[in-house]
Amino acid sequence: MVTTFSRARKQRIDALVNSGDEGSSLLQDAWARLKGSPLFWFGAVIVGLFVVLAIIGPWIAPHDPGAQLLIDQTSRARNSIAPAQDGFPLGGDTQGRDLLSRMIVGARQTLLVGIFATLIGLVGGLILGILAGAFGGWIDTLVMRIVDVMLSIPSLLLAISIGVLFTNPNLTSVIIAVSIPQIPVFARLLRGQMLAQRESDHVLAARALGVKRGPIVFRHMVPNSISPVIVQATLVVATSILDAAALSFLGLGSQDVSQPEWGQMLGEAQGSIDSHPQLAFWPAGAIIVVVLGFTLLGEALREAIDPKNRR
Amino acid sequence: MTGPAAWEADPIRQDPDLLTAEAAAAEVEGEARAGASGHQSEPLPDVPAAELSAATAGADVLLEVNDLKVHFPIKRGVLIDKTIGYVYAVDGVSLAVRRGETYGLVGESGCGKTTLGRGILRLIEPTDGSVIFDGENIAALKPEPLRVARRRMQMVFQDPLGSLDPRQSVQSILVEGMKAHGLDISDAQTNARLRELLSAVGLPNTALRKYPHEFSGGQRQRIGIARALTVNPELIVADEPVSALDVSVQAQVINLLEDLQADLNLTYIIIAHDLAVVRHISDRVGVMYLGALVEEASSQALYAEPLHPYSRALLSAVPVPDPVVEDSRERILLTGDLPSPANPPTGCRFHTRCPWRQPTLCDTDRPQMLEMRPGHRVACHYAAEIASGQLQPREVTADVV
Amino acid sequence: MTALLQVEDLTVQFNRKGVAPFTAVDKVSFEVAPGQTVGLVGESGCGKSVTSLAIMRLLPKRGTTITGRVDFEGTDLLSLPLEGMRDRRGRDLAMIFQDPLSSLNPVVPIGIQVTEVLERHRGMKRSAAMVEARELLESVGIPDPSRRLKEYPHQLSGGMRQRALIAMALACRPRLMIADEPTTALDVTIQAQILALLKTLVVEHGTALIMITHDLGVVAGLVDQVNVLYGGRVVERADRHVLFASPRHPYTHGLLASIPRLDAGPGERLTPILGSVSDNIPWTGGCAFAPRCSREIDTCRQVSPVLEPLSSRTDHLLRCHNPVVPVGAGAATVAATLEEEPS
Repeated sequence: MVTTFSRARKQRIDALVNSGDEGSSLLQDAWARLKGSPLFWFGAVIVGLFVVLAIIGPWIAPHDPGAQLLIDQTSRARNSIAPAQDGFPLGGDTQGRDLLSRMIVGARQTLLVGIFATLIGLVGGLILGILAGAFGGWIDTLVMRIVDVMLSIPSLLLAISIGVLFTNPNLTSVIIAVSIPQIPVFARLLRGQMLAQRESDHVLAARALGVKRGPIVFRHMVPNSISPVIVQATLVVATSILDAAALSFLGLGSQDVSQPEWGQMLGEAQGSIDSHPQLAFWPAGAIIVVVLGFTLLGEALREAIDPKNRR
Repeated sequence: MTGPAAWEADPIRQDPDLLTAEAAAAEVEGEARAGASGHQSEPLPDVPAAELSAATAGADVLLEVNDLKVHFPIKRGVLIDKTIGYVYAVDGVSLAVRRGETYGLVGESGCGKTTLGRGILRLIEPTDGSVIFDGENIAALKPEPLRVARRRMQMVFQDPLGSLDPRQSVQSILVEGMKAHGLDISDAQTNARLRELLSAVGLPNTALRKYPHEFSGGQRQRIGIARALTVNPELIVADEPVSALDVSVQAQVINLLEDLQADLNLTYIIIAHDLAVVRHISDRVGVMYLGALVEEASSQALYAEPLHPYSRALLSAVPVPDPVVEDSRERILLTGDLPSPANPPTGCRFHTRCPWRQPTLCDTDRPQMLEMRPGHRVACHYAAEIASGQLQPREVTADVV
Repeated sequence: MTALLQVEDLTVQFNRKGVAPFTAVDKVSFEVAPGQTVGLVGESGCGKSVTSLAIMRLLPKRGTTITGRVDFEGTDLLSLPLEGMRDRRGRDLAMIFQDPLSSLNPVVPIGIQVTEVLERHRGMKRSAAMVEARELLESVGIPDPSRRLKEYPHQLSGGMRQRALIAMALACRPRLMIADEPTTALDVTIQAQILALLKTLVVEHGTALIMITHDLGVVAGLVDQVNVLYGGRVVERADRHVLFASPRHPYTHGLLASIPRLDAGPGERLTPILGSVSDNIPWTGGCAFAPRCSREIDTCRQVSPVLEPLSSRTDHLLRCHNPVVPVGAGAATVAATLEEEPS
């Protein structure tokens, strides 16, 4: 192929193009920025510990969380519970169970609630958002009107309304109740991004090339729309845990006391909050710390991905 | 050199009427040294070949646009959107582009040239009119045949950054088109083709693994051009190919486009607002105003003798980097602002700002494009009188709009 | 003749966290005489806009290091307290920017924006200021100015907005106006109107003008003296006719050769400048233009060239080790007229 650049000149231009053979994608750039962000590490450490605790919890818990080992030190009539003692650093709860073990094992259930509720919301939102964003027209209008209706109800109220539909509330019902109000949030977010991508030149270029609709949606539009959704997901994990705690608090959560969950523990503790505040303090504190961890992570992600920070 | 040989083997390129790639390349090299034109295949006779309009030349017309209209509805409403008006972005444009030539579309903002370019490729659905590409009516094609037909007509975009997917590597961007049309037969062949294209646009092979944001504006534009070439198109519509680039880089890309046209026998439609760029690169130029073509001529003829009042004002407004010329030239200033494309003036669209406006016809009848000189069409009721000097323009001074 | 504005060794350095400090403007010096029009020409990244912002003290304080001297009618603007600078802005020196829409407050009618300037600097009352504003809008060629006074910026076209901005800038008859790419965002016919307007007004008011642009065509018809910038430094300065007739710096010469001209012959091939602006090396240790220069010699990469006159009898300044040799009779004629030594 003949161009008018002479060989020597071309070599000079070649040298001027970024040296180094490997390109760095935007993902790699974001990761590099993330690594330098103290916010990220703070959040990541908290979340990491939480996940580790959730996985190995049952094995490192000193006692069976469901076993009423300290029942002899617990008296309903005298409103006393087992105090902190050797082998039971946090003491017991109103049922004589080891608080520490319940806390450790409870991490797993809490994590499951947060992750699954977010996943369901995310997947549901993705489906709706991609449908609306990719097809446009009446499908878009229909989906968005449904989303609008769902968004008009405050999320906690919606979760409660769904929660009461279940006759036997358990962890699954909590997950479903908490996840459904998140679906429209993701759907709207994704659809907005997809709409912006639809108008972009690179999508137009792909159409001009004759690329089929499928690859355009999944190779061009979705990857460019997904960043704010990922950020939102980390934040939604946090709010799911909170919402689940609220549902448990209201008595709509899991009634199975052998499987502790922090929100449920918080709900149980409301009865004795005056006399034994530590029963509420520990689960509430743990929820707060974990929620903080996820929030910091999400914020760090958002900063790293933000286009303003890009070259 | 594998380049020219590979191209000649391509069956689509075997057009005996046009120069082979090698000869064209040699001509380009030789003429680059001599500093003369590289476009035309034959020497310029008294009436240059480019000046013959499509009708008289009987030449090989690749693209024919007939009365194309693109009207965007203006919608308003709370629950259900109602159409309350239209934006007449393109309102009846007819033109023809011969195989191998460069047709320049020039005009200011709001004239509809970008919409026309996209309407021709049916990236925007035309409201009316037809687009005949190599005998086939593009506007009538169903989605799948249209997709297949797209291979032969490609587009280069204005914004080098926005038109490349930021999340795909250059390799992935370039291969996409080939995959869509089944041109990626084997890995080896595809890779060879990619390397060939990159070298054709002046980029090193290392570019393949990099991402768009790692390149400069000029380099990104080259990638965009390479992408358009991956599918062996015959027609390329370049929408403001150099306006987003630095001045010193514009010439690189302009030269590249010219070289590629000579090597690959491409047909170009260049859309730009920079008259100097369009004049330099085009064989024929069409001037657009408010959705309609007002003048069409060879680039030489348009500059030598613009017949339409708008063309005259436009040409006189373009700055020339030569103080002697600037000090001595006659400036024709226009009054007022561009009317809204949603509410175009009656009759001749230009009459509200025309220095030569006459009391009759101008505000009632829309002028048609008539061939005043061979190959030179104008849409003006009084074009002949203005050209002969019979009618004089009104004086417009700088501080009166 | 004392200069109205004297910029001496102006240097602007941007310090950003995690990146090496970036020198956007590197010891730039130039003068503007009263009533003179001076052009600052260059592409993106050459430092022309930053220079003007530095002169007007509009750069953010944090992360910016500005050294040098900007002498305006005897006072060093860089050492003034901000309050003193605010007094001068609008009254003695004014600036108009590239994008008229973002330069105007979208929620305030045009009339109020113009009277704001008048009330601040000329101490006029609102009613008197409105009358003056109306006359100002008329003087810049806005039709039906009484109606326009009440309109909002988005109701005006781009050309009108730029006219309104010019009216605001000239409201207090400043001695110096800086125009930063005022017509780049406008259509070419509107650009012609605005440039003609600027020309008329600066002559009428005797205002000195610094015109910042990348368009050599605009400069050719408007300014008296041209400064070509590259990489934050002035690489060539000359009278307008001299610069275009015989550009001596390879960058200027290359730029002129690479721009398609409306009046060029058919199919004359453009000679581009290789590489792009981001390919420059800093000036320390050599000429920043060397990687792209067709006339590069060994000294160019080692020694940074100095801005100096071509000869003792001329104002034509050049920063180059190996300047372009002028050819043809044109150069000889111009040279003879301006007493320059043809080499």
